[in-house]
Amino acid sequence: MVDMQRKDTSEQARFRDYCREWLSEHHPGEPEVRIPQSPLEIMTVEQMDYLQRWQKSAYDGGLVGCDYPVEVGGGGRKDLQRIANDEMLRARTPYFPNVIGLGMAAPTVLYHGQDALKQRLLPKLFSGEDIWCQGFSEPGAGSDLASVQTFAQKSGEKWIINGHKVWTSLAHFAEWMIILLRTDKSHKYDGLSYFVVPIKSALGNGVTVKPLIKMTGETGFNEVIFENLEIDDSFRLDELGRGWQVAMTTLLHERGAGDLHVPRAGGLKSRSAHTSNAMSLISLAKELTRDGKRVADDPIIRDRIMRCIIREQGLSENQRRGRVTELLDHPMRIPLQNKLLSSEIAQEIASLAIDIEGAASSLYVGDENAPAGGQWPLAYLNSYGMTIAAGTSEVQRNILGERVLGLAKSK
Amino acid sequence: MSSNTYEFNQDAALLKDSARKFFSEKFPVEKLHELVAQDPTLGRTPQSLWFEELWQEIIELGWPMVAVPESAGGLAMPAVAVAGLVEEFGRAAFPSPMLSTLAATYVLSAADAIGPLEDICSGEAASLAIAGSKDSWGLASTEVTYSNGKLSGTAHYVQDVGKVQKILVSAHSNSDLQLFWVDLRSDGVTLDLDTIVDLTRDQGRVSFHNVEAVPISVKGLSVLAEAMPKIWMLVSADIAGAAEWQLQTTVDYVNTRKQFDKALGFFQAIKHPLVDVMIKVDETRSLLYSMANAVSAAPEKALQLSHMLKASASDLAGFASGRSVQSHGGIGFTWECYVHLYFKRQKHSQMLFGDATWHRARLADILIGPVTA
Repeated sequence: MVDMQRKDTSEQARFRDYCREWLSEHHPGEPEVRIPQSPLEIMTVEQMDYLQRWQKSAYDGGLVGCDYPVEVGGGGRKDLQRIANDEMLRARTPYFPNVIGLGMAAPTVLYHGQDALKQRLLPKLFSGEDIWCQGFSEPGAGSDLASVQTFAQKSGEKWIINGHKVWTSLAHFAEWMIILLRTDKSHKYDGLSYFVVPIKSALGNGVTVKPLIKMTGETGFNEVIFENLEIDDSFRLDELGRGWQVAMTTLLHERGAGDLHVPRAGGLKSRSAHTSNAMSLISLAKELTRDGKRVADDPIIRDRIMRCIIREQGLSENQRRGRVTELLDHPMRIPLQNKLLSSEIAQEIASLAIDIEGAASSLYVGDENAPAGGQWPLAYLNSYGMTIAAGTSEVQRNILGERVLGLAKSK
Repeated sequence: MSSNTYEFNQDAALLKDSARKFFSEKFPVEKLHELVAQDPTLGRTPQSLWFEELWQEIIELGWPMVAVPESAGGLAMPAVAVAGLVEEFGRAAFPSPMLSTLAATYVLSAADAIGPLEDICSGEAASLAIAGSKDSWGLASTEVTYSNGKLSGTAHYVQDVGKVQKILVSAHSNSDLQLFWVDLRSDGVTLDLDTIVDLTRDQGRVSFHNVEAVPISVKGLSVLAEAMPKIWMLVSADIAGAAEWQLQTTVDYVNTRKQFDKALGFFQAIKHPLVDVMIKVDETRSLLYSMANAVSAAPEKALQLSHMLKASASDLAGFASGRSVQSHGGIGFTWECYVHLYFKRQKHSQMLFGDATWHRARLADILIGPVTA
């Protein structure tokens, strides 16, 4: 693939050298346990232990939270997380398990939390010692997120929480949850407030976590039921009734459109999992045959692989052009496309991989004859998680149409 | 921040900005329509309709020589700056020999043909006469031949030929493909304009009857191969600019037009496809500037990026055009509505120098390797 050389500042160049050196000594190596395709499918304590050890080590090495202030456990630097991410990707490290903490909770707590709360929560979030989850969706509140009903009742300086959250990834490991709660039933948007709540310490005592099984057969997300959970008012982020605005900070970062670079490691999966980018379709198509010829010789498959490669390249070039203000018509036009495009491109790639595999695409994870260990059918099934989670593709198109193009609101 | 990425510097931004202002002040779309859409008659006699006075102003601004090397007296601006400028020509759908002259410039530069490049700096416009009647866009598709010091035969699909003074001709000889610089007014040269769909361009056939010509290069194939990625870049930039016009014009329309008591843009059947147009525009523009940057910063990547770019741009041209007319509804299907002007320009650009499937097939040969026997 076309690998774009970036022109680093001298500080970035020094940090890049540092990251390379650090990674050459501290890469955790091939995992002893099977690691799922994404942190959202972490199921066992062994998987979590291995990944938490890696995140802690990377945090101690200074590769996590580089751009956050020192007072909250960050590195106090500027525009260096991007460099660390580049190098971790290049070194094919494992991913970080605290993906919701790093990607969503940290920016939200930083921008909306009180100082004492930030200083208490963020260091262990960065180190991965405290895993975080996100309590947004409910059985009755999906794409229409502002209709959440889980209620916080004021009781002196405390809040009593009752309700039901769903699709809560990592809740079974989480110490903390970021949560959108209703504090006023008479106003849809202005009746929402935003809190952090301790989950693990309240299990069996106001909080119940029940695993949900995904269409893939994996677990990893849950429903979380609150029954008279009492929390302190100091766990509130921002003002009462400002929950929707706070949630927008979370969602912007979740969709890759926030202003903080989220710490991201990546690449390494267990030995058999080779699903990744569109370029990997080429080797797959060269290995397999149809009608006695290499799949890679089929002109239509060739065309479809090129379509995927071009889309993928275009998305990565978007990131690059997104830094040239003279070539942008609207500041959110590129950032708000990230989540939509990365999830849809991943789906198109996995779908094509299955067509390339032909009959063998019927073989799933666990079948010894499955090409690539059955990872492509698994990736295809999982891809629907990505086009639905964090705001469905349909919701993303509404947001782009309304906020960027200025079309009339569809609600 | 921008100094970190591409060479899209202040000069490039200034050039793009002044072109945008130039066209919005001097060439609003009403003027385009008035100029090129006078006669809707099917089967009308082909004409080359343009504002020569505006082209003269453009010559005085120096834009046709932006890509000419300094050694020939040109401005030698980087490809990213040229891409930015051409986007504005596309946005205005400006009828002119700009694209053709820039295309000829890149071929002449690859051949190091100082004399012809000086012609361009002196204000002469030029076009490529390298296509035959039957092949798609293979580099050796010309049906013109060169023997005993004379050119014979007919060159096809010559762009903007009604607006240029010079043409760059490729011809088969008993050695390699050779390139020549020919004045259209030379003895033995005849020009026939094609009747084409696109109202903002002209195109024609140029026939040679024992024409004496100035040789430019005896290594025609390698010279053309060197220049083609930049020529695909030019057409893609024009497409990107025109597509952004189609997008914004359609957005304005669906924000104004009401049905069922709502602005059309309220309906997701309208909204989501327009978002998809925006996404395609951005894909093409991002590939455009990366490719243009690669011309100087990473030449080994320019060829594959240029195939990606033109494939993306050609798809964009078709998609944005379809959605612009469809979203306008009944009025969009009429001659009086401006969207058909861009629809037709885009359909022309879509196939010009290779459509999307053609470019993806070339890209596949690079990335996968040729089809095995």
